[in-house]
Amino acid sequence: MKVVWTDVLVIGGGLAGLRTAVGAARHGLEVVVLSLVPAKRSHSAAAMGGMQASLANAVKGEGDNEDAHFEDTVRGSDWGADQRVVRMFVHTAPKAVRELAAWGVPWNRVRSGARDAVINGEHVTLTERAEAHGLITARDFGGTKKWRTAFVSDGTGHSMLYTVGDRAIAEGVAVHERTEALALVHDGRRCYGAIVRDLRSGELVAYVATATCIATGGYGRLYQVTTNAVINQGIGAAIALETGVVGLGNMEAVQFHPTCIVPAGILVTEGCRGDGGLLRDAAGHRFMPDYEPEKKELASRDVVSRRMEEHIRNGKAVQARHGAHLWLDITLLGPDHIHRRLREVYEICRYFLGIDPTKDWIPVRPAQHYSMGGIRTDLHGHSPHLRGLFACGEAACWDLHGFNRLGGNSVAETVVAGMIVGEAIADWCASAAADATVPVGLVREHHDRVRGELDALQGAAGGENPTALMAQMQRLMTDQVCVFRTGPTLQMAVEELTELLRRSRRLRVPRLPGANPALADAYRVQKMLRLALCVTVGALARTESRGAHFREDHPRRNDRDWLKRTLAFWPRPDGDEPALSYETLDVMAMELPPGWRGYGARDHIDHPDTESRRAQVDALRAQLAGADRHAIQSELMPFLEELPPALRGRNERLAEPIA
Amino acid sequence: MYEDTSLTGRRLRLRILRHNPQDPGSSPRFETFELDETDGMTLFIALNEVRATLDASLQFDFVCRAGICGSCGMLIDGRPGLACRTLTRDIGPEITLAPLPVFELIGDLSVDTGKWMRAMAERLETWVHAAGEPALDRLEARMDPDLAEQIYELDRCIECGCCVAGCGTARMRPDFVGAVGVNKLARFRLDPRDTRDDAAYYDLVGTEEGVFGCMTLLGCEDVCPKGLSLAAQLAFVRRRMALQGLRGGSR
Ligand SMILES: Cc1cc2nc3c(=O)[nH]c(=O)nc-3n(C[C@H](O)[C@H](O)[C@H](O)COP(=O)(O)OP(=O)(O)OC[C@H]3O[C@@H](n4cnc5c(N)ncnc54)[C@H](O)[C@@H]3O)c2cc1C
Repeated sequence: MKVVWTDVLVIGGGLAGLRTAVGAARHGLEVVVLSLVPAKRSHSAAAMGGMQASLANAVKGEGDNEDAHFEDTVRGSDWGADQRVVRMFVHTAPKAVRELAAWGVPWNRVRSGARDAVINGEHVTLTERAEAHGLITARDFGGTKKWRTAFVSDGTGHSMLYTVGDRAIAEGVAVHERTEALALVHDGRRCYGAIVRDLRSGELVAYVATATCIATGGYGRLYQVTTNAVINQGIGAAIALETGVVGLGNMEAVQFHPTCIVPAGILVTEGCRGDGGLLRDAAGHRFMPDYEPEKKELASRDVVSRRMEEHIRNGKAVQARHGAHLWLDITLLGPDHIHRRLREVYEICRYFLGIDPTKDWIPVRPAQHYSMGGIRTDLHGHSPHLRGLFACGEAACWDLHGFNRLGGNSVAETVVAGMIVGEAIADWCASAAADATVPVGLVREHHDRVRGELDALQGAAGGENPTALMAQMQRLMTDQVCVFRTGPTLQMAVEELTELLRRSRRLRVPRLPGANPALADAYRVQKMLRLALCVTVGALARTESRGAHFREDHPRRNDRDWLKRTLAFWPRPDGDEPALSYETLDVMAMELPPGWRGYGARDHIDHPDTESRRAQVDALRAQLAGADRHAIQSELMPFLEELPPALRGRNERLAEPIA
Repeated sequence: MYEDTSLTGRRLRLRILRHNPQDPGSSPRFETFELDETDGMTLFIALNEVRATLDASLQFDFVCRAGICGSCGMLIDGRPGLACRTLTRDIGPEITLAPLPVFELIGDLSVDTGKWMRAMAERLETWVHAAGEPALDRLEARMDPDLAEQIYELDRCIECGCCVAGCGTARMRPDFVGAVGVNKLARFRLDPRDTRDDAAYYDLVGTEEGVFGCMTLLGCEDVCPKGLSLAAQLAFVRRRMALQGLRGGSR
């Protein structure tokens, strides 16, 4: 058995994993990052539109601050988020953008003076302030009250990932590329590392670590139609689930992005609409104002996606050979803007659709995009179920996004979480609790078990075929566990997935030296089916509609019965279904008590505590009227002590100078 | 991806250069796979179909499948390019695919660009060498809006390796930094946040393995999928380094 020893094992080399690794390495810890692919090819590179942080430099961002970002995020989440996490996040996001700026991200900057912009379909002139010239600018995104999304043309994720990736190289972080974690080493209470497959040689290696952090991104490939990279299969979340003791939070909360090109399913950024692009139907009619008079194209993603699907059902779509679609029109932005700020969009349209978006409308339809759910952690990314196990980024659920994530909040989350969780890992490694002699027998036991599982998948022909099972699962998820959900279809989906899971136990692939891609498909589909069941069983149980989870048979948000977070466990390795339990969200501790989001449906069922908490909050605000906004905030819901000391300072803005 | 099964009527013949270095019994050879072309088919779709239906052992790399991540560089009819965004209707019906040269072969069409790029990054220190730690609570340092856009122009490189595979020098000198490396230096030299001066850069690339090895064949710029102005960057960095050489080279 080959063993690699390290202080910290970070599974995942995207933005979240790399930033965490840098943080831990700066404490002198030895850090090894694992990645399926070269780190810079992680899916973070595909993020286009931008990163939210309340810098308030652009004129349309004037007056922005943490409070506004907080409210937008909580409303966006449909009150599913942990509000303390939201506070920690909005407070740290400006620091994260500024750190990235210092490390080299070429953020687009404010240019003082008049400029042309498109707002609500009209050309307008915006005049940027002279004192803001050269500071980081922002564009508009959905579900936000201010223009808050910092960006680098539409290659934001690329520039961020390259900068953080190169920073990690500068700090001497080792990245073991083309490796795949297949199981966690643990004893039910404590995590000791992972069993890892070398994807070049096929060899199994045990990585033993004091702290293990999963940052493996989302699980979009459970779906047939998704914007996600082909490597976004959720294996990291699955290996946590397979410990039997780690819970996954809110797996039914899956985001569908409004504008994905048909048929390839490739994303074109929300920045298209943020910068003034419009949605049109087969007749060329701009339909979003009919449904959402206030936010129109820029309501939150769950709302826009639902309205688009509703419009398609109403027979207003273009009927193309590969199905129905609507149009995204960015022609009104003009070639100059598109060639400077929407370059990837231009390239994607050119290469994959053969059209010119400066002249032609783009065929779009909602597709799976983001996984709000993931490995449940505390405020510092530590698993409450398995000590020594951390998680961050899209793979985790510390619960920043609740049931719907705002555009631009995810890449921001990855870096912010890295800044916080990297410190938490260093604290853990320094603590007495982390001291333990590693039970080598336990490591061998896990290694041999995985070896046995892989052996059992290879050999005589005649079993099930992994690509066929994968395709069936993906089709089923896209057809039955999508934007609109109902009890009977979800029930059917659970039954069919269970059957697929049983069949996946009879998978057989040829035994080949090296990477053996068919073997990889086989063990992955087994894991993915477990995740698909967590999503679907969770969606079936949740008899309400919240954020991206919409039940046609239970169309109202029901705070009375469902203001809680789903936890999915997989108690028995040979079991066919997850076991669900719930964590209640405490209304009486909320800074922003539940209410209407400002867009979408208005008819939710209140929680019995909402009224009294709102009265408390109002009374406190009245009593503290005129006080500093930070003082009011800390009375309502203190959070600063949860942050590492270096991240507690106030953020400077033009309107809020620091002496 | 929505299924698009309408056939164009063409039968494609994919000739693929195959070899699995992990298998002692393997030797490089061409194998041909035939499949029906569908409308809008890309090499991403075609290769996945070959693996799903004809040969489960075929190795290749795709990640974003949208022309963004740079994973799928390969020789397409002899020319380096991104497979994911190559439409089969623009080529074929016989299509020859081979792994990118210069990089270590992992298997079939999969090569180790990651290792090469990491070595290049370590050698050229492709990160901002700042004067100190930033004050995270303070307003960020200002930057001219045009300069930020110019830096991004060079920052768009996706390290796909096409320029290296298309480079005459890189094929002869394994340690040549390639257009990708020179472009990175141009990017950091343009960036006021990086405190390195020409003498520092001269230490890194003022050699034959650095900029002076380039024979200006400019295969790189022709094949760059992001359309980066590599020739201009090469010329610029060479000029700066030649001047620096006259001034006494390194520090
Ligand atoms: C097309 C697209 C555009 C987007 N645009 C935006 C945007 O504009 N703004 C925004 O805020 N968000 C955007 N997002 C979302 C955002 O990009 C992602 O949520 C975020 O980048 C995820 O980062 P991460 O570090 O958590 O994971 P990833 O970047 O996905 O990294 C996961 C890492 O884990 C590794 N890995 C996975 N499994 C294993 C395993 N078993 N063993 C070892 N390694 C493993 C992978 O190799 C990879 O390195 C977009 C998403 C998509 C799909």
